[in-house]
Amino acid sequence: MRIPVAWLRSYCDPALPAEDIADRLTMAGLKLERLHRTGVGDIAGFLTGRVLRVDRHPSADRLTVCSVDIGGPEPQTIVCGAPNVAPGQTVAVALPGALMPDGTVLGEATLRGVRSSGMILAEDEVGIGEDHAGIMVLADGARPGAPLSEHLPIADEVIEIEITPNRPDAMGVYGVARDLRAATAAPLAEDPTAADAEPRGTDSAEDHAAVEIADPDICLRFTARVFEGVKVGPSPLWLKQRLMAVGQRPISNVVDITNYVMLTCSQPLHAFDLGEVRGSRIVVRKAAEGETMTTLDDVERTFTSEMALVCDAEGPSGIAGIMGGQISEVSEKTTRVLMEAATWVGPNIMRTSRALGLRTEASARFEKQLHPDLAMAGQRLAARLMVDLCGARMVPGTIDAYPAPKGLRTVSLRHERITRLLGEEIAPEEVRAILLRLGFGESADGWVVPPWRDSDVQREADLIEEVARIHGLDKLPTTLPSRRRAVGRLTPRQWLRRRLEDALRDRGLDECVSYSFTSPQAIERLRLEYQPLLRIDNPLSEELSVMRPLLLPGLLDAARHNAAHGRAGVALFESAHVYLPADAPDVPDDVSPRGSKPADEPEHLAALVTQAAPGGWRTAPRAADFHALKGLLEAVLGVARVDWRAEPLPRPFLHPGRAADVLAGDGAELGWIGELHPLVTRAWELDGPVAAFEVDFGVVAELAPAAAVYRDVTTFPGVLQDIAVVVPEEVPAADVEAAVRSGGGELLERLAIFDLYRGEQVGEGRKSLALRLEFRAPERTLTDAEVAERRAAIERELAEIGGKLRA
Amino acid sequence: MSDLQQLRAEAEAAIGAAGSAAELEELRVRYLGRKSELTRALRSIGELPPEQRGPVGKEANEVRRALEELLRERGGELEASELDRRLAQDRIDVTLPGDPPLPVGHLHLVSQIRRQMEDIFIGLGFSVLEGPEVEYGYYNFTSLNHPPDHPARQPQDTFYFRDSILLRTHTSPMQVRAMEAQEPPIYIVVPGRTYRPDTPDATHVPMFHQLEGLAVDEDITLADLQGVLLAFARQMFGEETEVRLRPGYFPFTEPSVEVDVSCFRCGGTGYLGAERCPTCKGEGWIEILGSGMVDPNVLGYVIDNGYDPERVQGFAWGMGIERIAMLVHEVPDLRLLFENDVRVLEQFGA
Repeated sequence: MRIPVAWLRSYCDPALPAEDIADRLTMAGLKLERLHRTGVGDIAGFLTGRVLRVDRHPSADRLTVCSVDIGGPEPQTIVCGAPNVAPGQTVAVALPGALMPDGTVLGEATLRGVRSSGMILAEDEVGIGEDHAGIMVLADGARPGAPLSEHLPIADEVIEIEITPNRPDAMGVYGVARDLRAATAAPLAEDPTAADAEPRGTDSAEDHAAVEIADPDICLRFTARVFEGVKVGPSPLWLKQRLMAVGQRPISNVVDITNYVMLTCSQPLHAFDLGEVRGSRIVVRKAAEGETMTTLDDVERTFTSEMALVCDAEGPSGIAGIMGGQISEVSEKTTRVLMEAATWVGPNIMRTSRALGLRTEASARFEKQLHPDLAMAGQRLAARLMVDLCGARMVPGTIDAYPAPKGLRTVSLRHERITRLLGEEIAPEEVRAILLRLGFGESADGWVVPPWRDSDVQREADLIEEVARIHGLDKLPTTLPSRRRAVGRLTPRQWLRRRLEDALRDRGLDECVSYSFTSPQAIERLRLEYQPLLRIDNPLSEELSVMRPLLLPGLLDAARHNAAHGRAGVALFESAHVYLPADAPDVPDDVSPRGSKPADEPEHLAALVTQAAPGGWRTAPRAADFHALKGLLEAVLGVARVDWRAEPLPRPFLHPGRAADVLAGDGAELGWIGELHPLVTRAWELDGPVAAFEVDFGVVAELAPAAAVYRDVTTFPGVLQDIAVVVPEEVPAADVEAAVRSGGGELLERLAIFDLYRGEQVGEGRKSLALRLEFRAPERTLTDAEVAERRAAIERELAEIGGKLRA
Repeated sequence: MSDLQQLRAEAEAAIGAAGSAAELEELRVRYLGRKSELTRALRSIGELPPEQRGPVGKEANEVRRALEELLRERGGELEASELDRRLAQDRIDVTLPGDPPLPVGHLHLVSQIRRQMEDIFIGLGFSVLEGPEVEYGYYNFTSLNHPPDHPARQPQDTFYFRDSILLRTHTSPMQVRAMEAQEPPIYIVVPGRTYRPDTPDATHVPMFHQLEGLAVDEDITLADLQGVLLAFARQMFGEETEVRLRPGYFPFTEPSVEVDVSCFRCGGTGYLGAERCPTCKGEGWIEILGSGMVDPNVLGYVIDNGYDPERVQGFAWGMGIERIAMLVHEVPDLRLLFENDVRVLEQFGA
């Protein structure tokens, strides 16, 4: 909302610069967006002048050479192109050097051989109006040479404020003035809507028109007044300037009055040409489904049965609270005006405006729910202007359709609650002064909320907010909560998640954050015929239309992005939710689901690597193969101290021979690991092997033991032995390990495979695994005989799987 | 000069001139070996008349000790120079690059800031709580005092699955979820992903992160909110930072406040030298979050769990993690945070 400072000062002038006024308003809750300057760049150089003589230009038919008294010893010679210039006029003059509204500096000019020392101004040339048909003729009486700014508002500042939805009152200049007065205690001029016009005549508005509210659930109040003998014409310069400064185009006095009243007190009005209102009758009703009308902006609009229309005897003439229709628009020929000031139901206006994609100054105010009292306030100010500016006769009486008159709200305020909520004692007399300045009324039952704050101030907490914002939040003390019984902490699960993320980070991986959405096509590219996906009803695009059921596509997208930007070798991870449909109850919006969750959102941890380690001038890069990733996963699950194994299991998106299930010691499924299928890497435009894993962090966290318990490793020495085991090629290492463990029994404390050999020495179709064994007994030193016995048992177990110890 | 002294002089000259360890060994054998003149002289002492034995023996031993010492010294010298020579041959080009280091990975900037915030609020007595992103309208809107016609509920502003199921538009739904699950007092922060259907541009993305705060107890005041946020701001932005509360409006807080921090880049002056500060756009203050006292209507939804608005009260806030990250690290475009470009990732979060 743009608030012209001169207009604001006319109601409340704290004698502060505009910047300080904006600051006070900001700290009272009306936040400054921008401070604008309108009109001329500098008021110096703009004077009033009197036209002494007008001569024809010797060589241009449309120009005149004027002699203008500007208070100096000699009259100024000014060449003028306006048709209406005449001797004796008081006019506005810009002298050479004047800074014009568009930033240019007026120079001396020679027009067709005649030197012109200045310019006689039209209203658009000083930003007061849009008229360029002729020069402005000012009221007589101004002294030639007097600064023009004494007579015309040629330069102004405009405070543009951000309006929060609870402050329709601040969408009017007087409403802002009220806050300014409350914040600064500067005096406030009388409410411009207080005084009414004097009606003339013995007839009554009801004699000229009738109003019926057919559907009271859409209209709280509809008031109408009748004006006759209306002379439609341009508005006076002061009114045009105020509208222009707010950003509204002046149209005609009648239309400008409706806008001016709205911009003063937030109540939108609508003026009908009463002669065009068929049947002289207004009916407020809901539209018939599919009903159409052409609005003032020349667009034909179609309505639904929830939308409110203002109709005459024969059909719709306006969309209630949003925009009028062309049918009874005020024109130059209008002489009788029906002035409407109504109160609509805010949510209904909001829905209609949204559905039609039509947001207007009126709808922006009505949707915030105005109080019906404001309708008459608007009528009063409008009536005075109609009489003053249009020479109209106000017909006595107001047609007032008001099915359920609404009173003013009274809210009680306990003083101790203010201190309790704010943490600061505000003296009772200051509280009272603040509320009175804001227009609240004192009563025995509490504070009477003025109509312009009715939608916002309904409870004690709302009153406390009023007190706090005017008292000044900057005066609030700074304290800390006493925090009885409150301890800040991470849960063990959150702490473990950080540790696992750190483990990957410390091993050289970069963490990604990718969108939780993916595309159905990405799921297809992973060759997954997936379980039902969570699909968004109103996605931004098909690319972002489903919630991802696994983290892999986001990591692949990131790898592709980096490859396309010259970084083909990356090591990435992500730690985030994935989303699966749950059998969730459909809970209505007004019933608590009692903590239930509408979807399954497991937390996953996934890594994707296209290069395990970078190469240098003497080292080759390490490829991102299965075992490189498995080493990473070992590190991660080692941090969690979770016992696990990999078991071969193909997945559609993995290389069938290099894919495994990640299983916990107890068989619980943790996730998967593998090299990606070449068709998948190709689909993401990636070269070479790409390996990845993805595990369910929630399961890992559940399995992670709480605290490790000490094991004695120092009292009795262990016995280290290396063995080489030859087995048929197809026997997996895990089977060898299992056989060795089984033979080693409890005394075998540790076992590690440290070499794999294939070749002549072991023969075709066989391989040799080298293992390091560590035997230990917790309570004694092992004898050679005990170890030899275990070794023999290991040999027996190996024989079961076709293996033998190599000499 | 006696024969022994002559021998000593000759040997000393030879040892001094020796050029290698082998040569030195040869000299040791020649002058001190079993067959050497000196050894012979010592052995033949017995043959001398008794009065000569003492002086000759003493002299011979002195010469022997002197030559031994000299051999050791010269040996050391030769060894050192040979090592020098060998090391000189081992010279490498130190200007070649080192082996690729074990690479250092990076947390995402959002994670880094999120953790930083979590840790600050943990220190202030808040626990970290997380919640679902796919959410019910009840928690996201209704229980946060949004009337059925509130504009934020529109599909233009909220992603929906079904009528009552949506993607949370803020972390605030955890307020009522947490209060349903835990009686007062409650002091929590809730970090997490949030969603709004905004077409991506420099300041909008459809998914972003917030950190919610909620403190409800018997005597929590707006002044306490200021204290908590001041403590946060000073740890996050620097010890000189000030906070400013401004009246604002949110459906689920009353009074509502917007919270500004003094600009940490220009020190709140609005200017960097003669230039307008780009971080605060010359205002000296930066809006960082929305906040306020929990609206009594919100507490009314959990009144059965001990949240009687006549008895308990508290404050809540919500702040954008990306916004703080962009401010602190001068990231110009929000979209950069979600492209996962390693050239960007590598700049933060080590």
